[in-house]
Amino acid sequence: MMLLGKKIGMTQVYNEAGQMTTVTVLLAGPCTVMQVKSPQKDGYTALQLGFDDKKACRVLKPEEGHAKKANTAAKRFVREWRINGKEEAKYNAGDTMDVNLFENVNYVDVAGISKGKGYQGVMKRHHFGGFPASHGTERKHRAGGSIASHATNRGNSGKIKKGKRMSGHMGMDRVTSRNHKLVSIDPENHLLVVKGSVPGPNGGYVEIHTAKTKS
Amino acid sequence: MKDKLMQAVESKCLKKENPYFEVGDTVDVYCKIQEGDKTRTQIFSGTVISRKGRGMNEMFTVRRMVGEQGVERIFPVHSPNIDKVMPVRSGKARRAKLFYLRKRTGKGVKLSQRHTEYTTTK
Repeated sequence: MMLLGKKIGMTQVYNEAGQMTTVTVLLAGPCTVMQVKSPQKDGYTALQLGFDDKKACRVLKPEEGHAKKANTAAKRFVREWRINGKEEAKYNAGDTMDVNLFENVNYVDVAGISKGKGYQGVMKRHHFGGFPASHGTERKHRAGGSIASHATNRGNSGKIKKGKRMSGHMGMDRVTSRNHKLVSIDPENHLLVVKGSVPGPNGGYVEIHTAKTKS
Repeated sequence: MKDKLMQAVESKCLKKENPYFEVGDTVDVYCKIQEGDKTRTQIFSGTVISRKGRGMNEMFTVRRMVGEQGVERIFPVHSPNIDKVMPVRSGKARRAKLFYLRKRTGKGVKLSQRHTEYTTTK
């Protein structure tokens, strides 16, 4: 099961034992089923969900037409969720899905776009150790060290091995953080409260799935 | 929008009736302590030397002298493990944080009394 939503922010709540838990509040749904993809037409079975209406002046004509088939407005955040072929008949375009889907769920995975960090060095980006502050180190305290030699395993050409970790743009990646305990559900406000932190800034769009590896 | 939704989550954990006390007051904090299956209440009394944070994060620091040794405990205002906070005596404080009391011992830690309605007399 998947819902689309928005990260609202972090806070703390007390559990039954009186212990404080750090939680993230997620606005989840209500999502609209924009399209049900079928093997005959699309080659696979999936639900296309949409969340958050687009401003009318920003909607493109094709988007408008696509949304009209589901009898809804064009959405800002649209994602697909693959489903079992047998389940296809259960859903129709235009259905709404809300937090009640997660009623009996204990753990969720949350995927979002992580905060952008800009161009970063290897110490921050890949957790390299750097070099000592003293003992003769000069002008290379945060350097990554040697990146290749004549005898790398790309041959003796002195080329750099593919995938070598170097400095570069960090963040703004799709990140999935797994197995967040679902602390509480608020159907009235469409809120899911999950334990721990999730990727992305407050107000960023997130996908919320039932946990893949834990139930 | 954001604040409204956050409040919807936090309001369930916030205490309905907050005890009223100010920095400088001497308070009795009734804290619940779990021992095996039993819970009992322990009273920690001392001077409130700081109060910080908002909403769920609101904390206050209570300092007391045990012999020559100062002891400080930081309590969350909204913790369910705190039964109640009773203000016992009001003290005159001219600043929000009374960290200068940490340097003092003996008679010096006693603040001059201020007369208020909310303090209970033992």
